[in-house]
Amino acid sequence: MSVGVVVFLLMATVIVLSAWGVVVARNAVRSALSLVINFFTLALLYFGMHYDLLGISQILVYTGFIMMLFLFCILLLNLGAPDTLFEPSLIKRSIAWFTGGVLVLAVASQVIGPLAVADAGPSAPEGFGEAASVGTALFTGWVYAFEIASVLLLVGIVGSILVAKRRD
Amino acid sequence: MAEVPLYAYILLSALMFAIGTAGVIIKRNPIIIFMCIELMLNAANLSFLAFAKYHTTPLATTPIEKWNAHMTGQMAVVFVMAVAAAEVAVGLGIIMAIFRLRHDVDIDEMSAMRG
Repeated sequence: MSVGVVVFLLMATVIVLSAWGVVVARNAVRSALSLVINFFTLALLYFGMHYDLLGISQILVYTGFIMMLFLFCILLLNLGAPDTLFEPSLIKRSIAWFTGGVLVLAVASQVIGPLAVADAGPSAPEGFGEAASVGTALFTGWVYAFEIASVLLLVGIVGSILVAKRRD
Repeated sequence: MAEVPLYAYILLSALMFAIGTAGVIIKRNPIIIFMCIELMLNAANLSFLAFAKYHTTPLATTPIEKWNAHMTGQMAVVFVMAVAAAEVAVGLGIIMAIFRLRHDVDIDEMSAMRG
């Protein structure tokens, strides 16, 4: 087993355990911190796959902006106390984990066989995750989608202010 | 990590997605449900990036077409990140508005769309 596979297995273990921690933690703040670990390890995985720019934006956007909003909201609404919302019943929990297990089994049974047969290793050319290549692609072939995304972000800003400020 | 096979990434992505699904079903706190949705979005991002690194479309023959095919997955992830940022801002705004109206955030009690 080579070094790369060992590093991947370590990161995958951390990612799955922290995702598990998001669901099983009773305290909302602990779920949020577990999610921070998850996103950060995912960014390390992106760096390992040579996606330099997307790894950095994963850290900036997810652990920086989105988790800050989540923690701010939890603290403002005082949802951190463990007894705020009691635990669901055993039936609901077992149905949920059964659904998740069926999902994994369905994907694994359909995907792993063909992919393991047709596996030829990574075929991406050198330097395709760098900021220069991503920027060139974003501002040539994808420029309309980029502009539409900016309109979407503007609508999001205006909408969230309207929803939060409404008085009646 | 060039010797890691593609199906390992896809299996990791499936595990993350399934844990997120289970969390959406189990949890009653809308903020944690949001976090589980973010988990599912990140699982989709991971499989986009893994496929973009390992595969290209058979239709791409020239080097420039192959390059564009490898970039497509990264572009999808960029736009998923933009949409996730907008979604979280609007969603948390809605949760704050509901909390101000009802002083209660149990998702099982919120069945009506009208305030």
